[in-house]
Amino acid sequence: MEYVDSLTGFRLDGRRPNDMRQIRGEIGVVAKADGSALFEMGNTKVIAAVYGPREVQNRSQQVNNQALVRCEYSMANFSTGDRARRPKGDRRSTEISLVIRQTMEACILTHLMPRSQIDIFVQVLQADGGTRSACINAATLALADAGIPMCDIVTSCSAGYLSSTPLLDLNYIEDSAGGPDVTVGILAKMDKVTLLQMDAKLPMDIFENVMQLAIEGCKAIAQYIRGVLLENTKQLECRRGV
Amino acid sequence: MLQSKSFVKKTRQGRVVKVVREHYLRDDIYCGAPSCKTCDTSAARLSTSASTILIVDTNVVLNQIDLLENPAVDDVVVLSVVLEEVRNKNLAVYNRLKALCTNSLRKYFVFSNEHHKDTYVKEMVGESPNDRNDRAIRVAARWYQSHLGVNTQVLLITNDRENKRRAIEEGISAETVESYVRSLGKPDLLDLVVLSSSADVSMEDVEDLRPSKKKVIYSEHKPMSEITSGLLHGVYHQGKLRVNRYNPFEAYVGSESIGDEIVIYGRSNMNRAFDGDIVAVELLPQDQWRDGKSMIIADDEDDEEEDVHLVPSSADDAPRNENLVQPTTGSVPPVSGRPAGRVVGIIKRNWHSYCGSLEPMPMPAGNAGVAHALFVSKDRRIPKIRIQTRQLGNLLDKRIIVAVDTWDCLSRYPSGHYVRTIGEIGDRDTESEVLLIENDINTRPFSSQVLACLPPFPWSLSSEDLAKANREDLRHLRVFSVDPPGCKDIDDALHCMPLANGNFEVGVHIADVTNFVLAGTPLDEEASQRGTSVYLVERRIDMLPKPLTEDICSLRSDVERLAFSVIWEMTPDTEIISTRYTKSAIKSCAALSYVEAQARMDDSRMMDPLTTDLRNLNSLAKIMRLRRIERGALTLASPEVKFQIDTETHDPLDIGMYQIREANQMIEEFMLAANVSVAEKILRHFPLCSLLRRHPSPTKEMLEPLLQTAAAVGLDLDVSSSKALADSLDRAVGDDPYFNKLIRILATRCMTQAVYFASGDLSPSEFSHYGLAARLYTHFTSPIRRYADVIVHRLLAAALGIAKLPPIFLDGPQLTGIADNLNNRHRNAQMASRASVELHTLIYFKKRPTDTQGRIVKIKSNGFIVFVPKFGIEGPVYLVPKGDKRADWVVDEAHQRVTKAGSNITYGILQTVRIHMEVVEPQPNRPKLELTLI
Repeated sequence: MEYVDSLTGFRLDGRRPNDMRQIRGEIGVVAKADGSALFEMGNTKVIAAVYGPREVQNRSQQVNNQALVRCEYSMANFSTGDRARRPKGDRRSTEISLVIRQTMEACILTHLMPRSQIDIFVQVLQADGGTRSACINAATLALADAGIPMCDIVTSCSAGYLSSTPLLDLNYIEDSAGGPDVTVGILAKMDKVTLLQMDAKLPMDIFENVMQLAIEGCKAIAQYIRGVLLENTKQLECRRGV
Repeated sequence: MLQSKSFVKKTRQGRVVKVVREHYLRDDIYCGAPSCKTCDTSAARLSTSASTILIVDTNVVLNQIDLLENPAVDDVVVLSVVLEEVRNKNLAVYNRLKALCTNSLRKYFVFSNEHHKDTYVKEMVGESPNDRNDRAIRVAARWYQSHLGVNTQVLLITNDRENKRRAIEEGISAETVESYVRSLGKPDLLDLVVLSSSADVSMEDVEDLRPSKKKVIYSEHKPMSEITSGLLHGVYHQGKLRVNRYNPFEAYVGSESIGDEIVIYGRSNMNRAFDGDIVAVELLPQDQWRDGKSMIIADDEDDEEEDVHLVPSSADDAPRNENLVQPTTGSVPPVSGRPAGRVVGIIKRNWHSYCGSLEPMPMPAGNAGVAHALFVSKDRRIPKIRIQTRQLGNLLDKRIIVAVDTWDCLSRYPSGHYVRTIGEIGDRDTESEVLLIENDINTRPFSSQVLACLPPFPWSLSSEDLAKANREDLRHLRVFSVDPPGCKDIDDALHCMPLANGNFEVGVHIADVTNFVLAGTPLDEEASQRGTSVYLVERRIDMLPKPLTEDICSLRSDVERLAFSVIWEMTPDTEIISTRYTKSAIKSCAALSYVEAQARMDDSRMMDPLTTDLRNLNSLAKIMRLRRIERGALTLASPEVKFQIDTETHDPLDIGMYQIREANQMIEEFMLAANVSVAEKILRHFPLCSLLRRHPSPTKEMLEPLLQTAAAVGLDLDVSSSKALADSLDRAVGDDPYFNKLIRILATRCMTQAVYFASGDLSPSEFSHYGLAARLYTHFTSPIRRYADVIVHRLLAAALGIAKLPPIFLDGPQLTGIADNLNNRHRNAQMASRASVELHTLIYFKKRPTDTQGRIVKIKSNGFIVFVPKFGIEGPVYLVPKGDKRADWVVDEAHQRVTKAGSNITYGILQTVRIHMEVVEPQPNRPKLELTLI
């Protein structure tokens, strides 16, 4: 199958190879949580809720010099076309939970909140490829909303390599083409990579191009997220009547 | 802007799923006209001074692609909706259209109307997809007109009357193909226009003058939905239709659902299917099955008797299929044999263009007008095709190409249109051209982009080449090559050096083509498309440009060349102790021919080092060969012939069987060994993306004819394994020297073709090569003339860490595609060579009717097929004269014998007969070699 039209240069959904899907972020969607956010990348839609910092529920897990970060990733039964019952804690979601936790831990200033616990819940409402990235972006927004101290904002984006072209932000069809899929998470301001995943083989020089493309995508998302946060802060300001 | 596209889809399991996809609309898609002031013109492709821009609809592309390919039609905008529809309907046309759109000489521009914010249309409630697409085309045309302003006319070309009417209503200028071509004022272009007989255009014209005489000749094809459900319920059977080469009124459909071949007799049962079409077949009731085995060899000369009406849709008689003799001799019950069937529908057409000539006919009065003519293809399996032409006088004595357009059930013959002229009939160059075109072989000269990739000429080995860390300097070795006489593309050379410990160092040096043909360059792409060099009797069509083929890569004597070497240390018993692969620089000391090499080895007085090397190699090769045969390698034979060509007239002077000498076998042995060694190496490093060659074991059914023949002459062949077959072939010695070779030739014919494949596509147990009895095999030794070897060179270089693996190897489907293309090209090249031999045989015997001996290789009810060893020719001999329907010859199936009833004249298989060979021309423009019994 031709994932990039050789005559027009467009991808199947009308994007150019280095175009991202439409992104949208919204803060404060779960009233009960300390912080929450909704993040959309095209048809991928995820919701994140953050609880904490709060007392550690299971005392044995308490860490004395830093906060305990926990993360739970799940997919709603209705998130894909076929409404399948998914068991909780299957391999895939355990792995993604771990990935998200590690990525977020890298930016949370955990040493400021010893003996406490931060819970991040992310749920996929609608899946169309790139759920991992969308979850990280949503978690960043939710953590910021919860007012948890972070050294930087983490953003994530994926890039792939199909039809001999590096492609930014794969959707489900492109993702299931079986080509390499590189997911990158960066600390936007510090320009550091906190997440890098790929389950395929790719020659080094091509890999570098693909990764660079993903980093560009992360930066664009970071800029957007900053805009969302700024807008949110302005509104808070307004409400307080400062 | 974002649009969401949603549709429901049925999955393979039969579940219905709703699919939602994003569909982005953009404002940065440009119109492609360089004169446009608002758009970015950097990618514009239309001409600057275009006063008319054409927009074509899908059916125009599908039906009139020959017209579009004509340079007279230019400045065409191809909408993406059209492109998409064409791709779904006909991939071949899509590829041709794509070639047009990427050809820098043509002014074809692809406009992504589906993603442009102003031209995207949403399907309305109750609107069919077709109507929606037509509307999208009209919207795009209107956008173009308003975008480009009044100075440029945008013309919508459509043959759909409804579409045209609506377009004009909406204020778009629209024309039919025919009226547009007429307005160009080039009458010869009109021949390229396909006149649609369907309801689209000019219904009134086609609506016959004599409607009462219209008669249905073929039964209507079943609708697709019925075929699908029929296939599902096992009522119909799907398969590819293959027409009998000897009898165009008989065809076979290999059906998986039955597990046997279904025979289809007669044109009316074939129901307008062409050779190669995928068809749905319904079985006939069993009492209509005929004894399949004793089919006769028929000749379509019978066609001549047919009374042919040239006016389309005139009343034709029912097709004559009853020229088949029913073998109702009483002894054979009619219900035996294979299942017979009839075609009820065509799932996929295999129509392309065909080479041939017009059937001679008197010039109609008033030469100016349109004449109807019948086109006779060179390929006998293709029925005659009715065409319309305005240049009849020009075409009658020419070989022309014709494409098929339609075949409706009211006309006996399909209708088509003229594409182009090749040349005079009977001219050798024309006929060679025909056979190249028929086998889809690209003979165009290499483009300037391709030639730009060549190294500067004259090339010589530079110090930089030698300085490279991974290139070994082997110029001190005594390397030599052995090839057929006159060979200019020498891609392999050898050396052999006795070592102090009594072992031998043997090296195979292969031209380092990948040093010059870099992956991804236009040169590489061209080579990958061509796939292989093609060898005809009088010429060679190269895969790589001549400077590379004959000079820079060719390992000629006394010049320094780059090579890729495989070097073994072998014991005198040919046990391989070590294998080494390296890029190298060599200097060949002699380019011998097989004859020369053989003469040197045989001449006991010659004791020079080169001859000693040859003798050493030969003795090693003999042991290796023996080993290979012990493992079960088959020694097969093919009736290869060799022509002696007159250097001036290029006419064949003499034909003879190709003689195989020890020297040939010696070279072959080392090439095989090198290929096997390389295959092992690359597979070890790249288990998923190596290109290998496999030869599947033949199935029982395939060997059936061989066994039958063998049984008839009292021979017992064991075909349980390749080893068993090889042994029993060795034992098959008859009373004359040629007997064994004949059996081997027959065995070769039962084998499958060896094929290239990507190692990731199959499981390791399927990798093996039956004929060579090798676990792994690939092609490494002829990179100048085969692209597969180029790929293998790249793999080997990557395995050694010399070069990086090009990215296409990581793309599984793409590699599979390359392998498939190579297999196709390889087969086509073989067919072309064979056809070239046939052509020259014909030229040779035209002047020299000959009496010679032949062997019967196949028995039919009205004759037999004779093979002439001396010339490698095979052809039918008729026992029953043409038109004589009395079946007084009786076939004995078990003993493969045909006996004249009431006498003791008998012909058995493999029997020697004396025959007379002569070129006759029973049908004009179709000369053939006729064999008659003396």
